[in-house]
Amino acid sequence: MSTADATAGATAGTRARRTPGLVPVKETLRSAERRPRHPAERGTPAARSPWSFWRLLRSELGLTFRRPRNLLMLAALGVVPVVIGVALRVVAGEDGMGGIIEDVAGNSLMLTFVSFSFLVLLLMPVVVSVVAGDSIAGEAGAGTLRYLLAAPAGRTRLLAVKYLNAVVFAYAVTAVVALSALATGLALFPAGDVTLLSGTTISMGEGLLRIVIAVGYVGAGMAALAAVALALSTFTEVSIGAIAATIVLIIVCQVLRAIPELGEITPYLLPTRFTNFDAVLRDPVDTAALGEGLLAFGAYIVLFGSIAWARFSGKDITS
Amino acid sequence: MTAVTQEAGAPLGAAPPPGDGSGESAIVTRGLTKRFRGGQVAVDALDLAVPRGSVFGFLGPNGSGKTTTIRMLLGLVAPTAGDYSVLGLPLAQALPRVGAVVEGPAFYPYLSGEANLRRFDAADPTARGATAGRRIAEALERVGLSAAAGKRYRNYSLGMRQRLAIAAALLGPRELLILDEPTNGLDPQGTREVRSLVKEIAADGTTVFVSSHLLAEVEQMCTHAAIMRTGRLVAQGTIASLRSGLVVRVRVETPDADDAARVLGALGLADVRRSGAEVTAELDGRAPEQINAALVGEGVAVRGLAVIRPSLEDVFVGLTGEGFDVDG
Repeated sequence: MSTADATAGATAGTRARRTPGLVPVKETLRSAERRPRHPAERGTPAARSPWSFWRLLRSELGLTFRRPRNLLMLAALGVVPVVIGVALRVVAGEDGMGGIIEDVAGNSLMLTFVSFSFLVLLLMPVVVSVVAGDSIAGEAGAGTLRYLLAAPAGRTRLLAVKYLNAVVFAYAVTAVVALSALATGLALFPAGDVTLLSGTTISMGEGLLRIVIAVGYVGAGMAALAAVALALSTFTEVSIGAIAATIVLIIVCQVLRAIPELGEITPYLLPTRFTNFDAVLRDPVDTAALGEGLLAFGAYIVLFGSIAWARFSGKDITS
Repeated sequence: MTAVTQEAGAPLGAAPPPGDGSGESAIVTRGLTKRFRGGQVAVDALDLAVPRGSVFGFLGPNGSGKTTTIRMLLGLVAPTAGDYSVLGLPLAQALPRVGAVVEGPAFYPYLSGEANLRRFDAADPTARGATAGRRIAEALERVGLSAAAGKRYRNYSLGMRQRLAIAAALLGPRELLILDEPTNGLDPQGTREVRSLVKEIAADGTTVFVSSHLLAEVEQMCTHAAIMRTGRLVAQGTIASLRSGLVVRVRVETPDADDAARVLGALGLADVRRSGAEVTAELDGRAPEQINAALVGEGVAVRGLAVIRPSLEDVFVGLTGEGFDVDG
């Protein structure tokens, strides 16, 4: 109904109003009287609360980090470095050790890098996929998505919150592994100067700094993976579908990387870049490798973020 | 709008927001159509006008397009054709003033009722976190769930879940409440409570748009109604105007059916019909007590006399030639 029509109808006062449809509507006096008398309040749009985005993000983080399933996965990941550390400690007691075992046994900080190289290929990506793949599909499957959007959360806003939440979780996963490995390493192996892969030695303080850099890099890689999982999550109402699809993609990438004849495409596969964190073990730090990896992560985030947005912003929510 | 309260001339003060031609209508749709992939037309050229302040019943059998219409009004589903306006505002501005229950309750099973409401309140960009506690407590109080506020949603009964959904729709000051089958799964007591809650909310000036496949329910709580059938609007208007197309009849129960039929005919009543010990005729605005007096005066033993007003079910059957409880 156009403004002109309505104004004309209203100023005419008592003229019978007709509405589309088969039966004319004669508005009852009762309903006319009940019309709210707050024209000013009704005309002005309700103000957006300045902190509303952060409030929604906090709500999202609260859901993620209070959910028993997610805490269980974090705890399981935290146990893995302990197991690796204990196993290496036992093996290190025997003669004829060498390579990686010697590196770890020689310094407490090395366990962090060893743990990353074990976990970054499958277990950490799986945990991140579960949270990111569930983010939209889980809400759709439970029906809560329709209520969030009717609230109205706003599609772009909700997607941004969901992604930021997944990024925070990705860094939480990385930090849990690093902290658990660091604590285990300090408990089981001697602390002191760190011998790098290049053969040079750095101080323990510098070693800790390099762990921080590695955490930043691996977290970024997991965040890129989260973008892929989020995009897949917008295509289904079954969260296990999005999660499984992401995990299958990771495994397929690992298989493709193992085929030497396909060497040309490996640089474009996301998991190839995950292991680049060992650049911090060079002297000086191989910033070129880190930079290339971060660039690849950025490209994945932009590409799959766009796919997620394009899909989600125009999707019919029928669940 | 200010234009509503002023007799003539341009409204003083602030100019009306663009597009707000809805001083009188909470919901307007024009030619609203939804065709899903696969070609199924769920809603077909719907022209709906929901007056502000009304309790508007949106009726139709299951599968007649009610929920799809509501999903379009809430921006969940994009129309294939046509347009609509809610509260005369752009949808993003209108939705914070709209409370909605769509296709039953949906909450996080591992959160308490209160935590669930806090979650949905956080999703509304106009809601303030500082007042959330008070508003949530009020909403729970209103639906009678205060005692179960800390209980996990998983352990709620179906009736409690339905009530929590209504509480979520009442978290802020609302100008329009959209309730999709709000009494589904409720026992008779719960149904009565929802009905009185709706009346209470409407008395505050909130427009209530309630969909239902239960005609009797709509007749009891609504001032207006629209009737859908297989995606098309069959009729809309006030409950009285919907009924006005159908005739009111008088029914006489008597052992002297022949005599009664003769008397009714002599009184000038049209369409006199008899079956067994029952005679009916069109009442045509006459006082039933006069008919009774005439019957008794002629020595007809009247065992019962009733005025039969057409129900919405009759309206529906009259308009479509079909019973209501068919799946479109």
